[in-house]
Amino acid sequence: MARKALAGLVPAIAVALVATGCGNTNNVSSGPGGGSSSVSGADFGHQICGRTGDNKPGFPAPFPPLPDGAKTLSGAGSTFVAPMMSYWTKTYSQATGVQVAYQSIGSGGGVAQIQAGTVDFGQSDTGMTPAEQAEAKGPVLQIPLLLGAVVPTYHLSGVKSGLKFTGDVLGKIYAGKIKTWNDPALTALNPGVKLPKEPIAVVHRSDGSGTTSLWTEYLSKESPTWVSTLGGPSESKGKTVAWPVGIGGKGNEGVSGQINQTEGALGFLELHYVLAQNSTYGQVQNKAGRFIQPCVATVTQAVNGITFPANLNTSLTDSADPNAYPIAGTSYALFYRNQKDAAKGTALVDFFSWVLSKGQDLNASLNYAPLGKNLQKLAVDQLKQVTINGKPAVT
Amino acid sequence: MTPLADTPATRRRVRARWRDTDTVFRYAVRAAAALVVVVLVATAVFLVAQAWPALRHYGILSFLSSDRWAPSEATTTARHPNPYGIVQFVYGTAVTSLIAMVLAVPVAVAVSLYLTEVAPGWLRKPLSGLVDLLAAIPSVVYGFWGIFALIPAVRPAGVWLSRTLGSAPGIGPVFAGPFFGVSYLVAGLVLAIMILPIITAICREVFATVPTADKESALALGATRWEMLRMAVLPRSRSGITGAAVLGLGRAVGETIAVTMVIGNSVLSITKSILGPGATMSSVIANEFTESTEPFHLQSLMVVGAWLLVIALIVNTVGKLIVRRTGEDIA
Repeated sequence: MARKALAGLVPAIAVALVATGCGNTNNVSSGPGGGSSSVSGADFGHQICGRTGDNKPGFPAPFPPLPDGAKTLSGAGSTFVAPMMSYWTKTYSQATGVQVAYQSIGSGGGVAQIQAGTVDFGQSDTGMTPAEQAEAKGPVLQIPLLLGAVVPTYHLSGVKSGLKFTGDVLGKIYAGKIKTWNDPALTALNPGVKLPKEPIAVVHRSDGSGTTSLWTEYLSKESPTWVSTLGGPSESKGKTVAWPVGIGGKGNEGVSGQINQTEGALGFLELHYVLAQNSTYGQVQNKAGRFIQPCVATVTQAVNGITFPANLNTSLTDSADPNAYPIAGTSYALFYRNQKDAAKGTALVDFFSWVLSKGQDLNASLNYAPLGKNLQKLAVDQLKQVTINGKPAVT
Repeated sequence: MTPLADTPATRRRVRARWRDTDTVFRYAVRAAAALVVVVLVATAVFLVAQAWPALRHYGILSFLSSDRWAPSEATTTARHPNPYGIVQFVYGTAVTSLIAMVLAVPVAVAVSLYLTEVAPGWLRKPLSGLVDLLAAIPSVVYGFWGIFALIPAVRPAGVWLSRTLGSAPGIGPVFAGPFFGVSYLVAGLVLAIMILPIITAICREVFATVPTADKESALALGATRWEMLRMAVLPRSRSGITGAAVLGLGRAVGETIAVTMVIGNSVLSITKSILGPGATMSSVIANEFTESTEPFHLQSLMVVGAWLLVIALIVNTVGKLIVRRTGEDIA
């Protein structure tokens, strides 16, 4: 018996080792060239995703390089930007010799760390609430660094990428009201696609996350069923919600693994995970009523027509632009407006002015979108507010 | 080196030196032993201290009187109802551990009987070693094995169970589908394999304490080998087997990573079906502590941790007591 059990385990270990390799997020950052890839055989119809003009916006440097900065910076927070951050920091340090150490501990941790002042900058996928601001040691600037998308991803044998979803249908699926793939609501959206009579294995995050926040914010805007099932508009969105049905996976990699392993699964993932794992994913109806394939080009459109408040903290989901992918969001760098350490403050401003200019050209290679022109300008304006012991860091 | 002269003076000197080294040694081991106690007490104190804000806010018993865990509904002011009910986690821990026990104990008893009574002598040592090796496989590897090997293997059986028993009267809800793989059942299966070595190891020792005279008398009276095991070995070992099972339970109760990977992490309320996704006390902590940003969220996870510690301590103490009593009975 024991021998038999052991014999069964040996191949299992081999499988597990292979699997850890595949799950490694570093594979995502395979350098430039990815861009807006189209999955072969996918059925997306006519989309603007082939358009790559916006991928390298070529923003000019807002200020000349600042000398005399510190040689090291520390940051912590969002896992969503972690692959991009490591690409930025690597490239930046090759150019300037300044080392930026970033710990991917989650957005909640990023906020907590900047409140405590244990890092030079925090990073969060949602802006800080006034209550969170009040707990910090002074006014905190929130600077958007990139745009990303959350994508419905599924595992159905024989069904290609490009399945059409509306926010209401996704909301009903996540509320447990639509239970099978051949539900009339789904077949009506996807004529010509043979959807099986299988139950939908709903997959969601088991940990709190900015990804969840974007996804549930979109569902809350589009699906009254989702809002009423969750018990109201304040319960139906956020980094954690009380998922009524489904399987939980920890992190994007956990959700991705669960989808890959489960026939009939439907989950939500960051765009770069979907493309890196070659998963099959859907298109989502936007406010203009069009079904939009998620890609760098359509995500970039999400900021069109949005009026930003002074602190830039606003929702980017459900954009009115006819070409915008509706489940888009950003991630904010958080740091104190007044820097007490001159060398650190100078280095921070220099690093983020690089990220907001040259750095933006790298985004598309990891399937993040660069900030649109307007948002980039607003972000630079925020950076200009930094003071060092009361004096402006740049003039 | 010349031997010391046997005079009262040298004797005193040698004794004094022994006394000094003895004292140092005694203090060193005493400190090491005290450290164990300190760590245990400090862990408990730490958990309760961290959990205290939530315990005070919601009331100690309110955690155990609700099966709804919805951190997003927590606010800094509302006390009632407690959004951090933990009954479903206690339930998940109990169900997965029970499935593991039901599957692992008979197999472990059979394996140990084979190893102590039936297997040829040359095979006993290597085979015991192999069983012990099961305990050396890291938990996370069991998790991977569960996901990539076990779930695809049991999926047809699970789907069949949910279709046949799922609508049966009475027991229907326990086997209700749909079955997607990750579930209490699979978590129980993985745990069963993980606790097999510890139960086997203790059973082996228990069976080895049965006096040879007893076994030989049974055989001399014409008993077959099976009758000898049934009449001479098993009755004497009953409480030892129980103790082994309880110690296995202690391992199953606290197991985290492998369970988290295969249980499906559905935390909102009790999932009745063993084919459905659920959560255990340890899995919810592993999943949520990194982003526990809601009011009293982290503190409530500490409450779960504190209860888990209490349960684990009770289970392990009971197991140890039973095993020790068996030892005395036999001696």
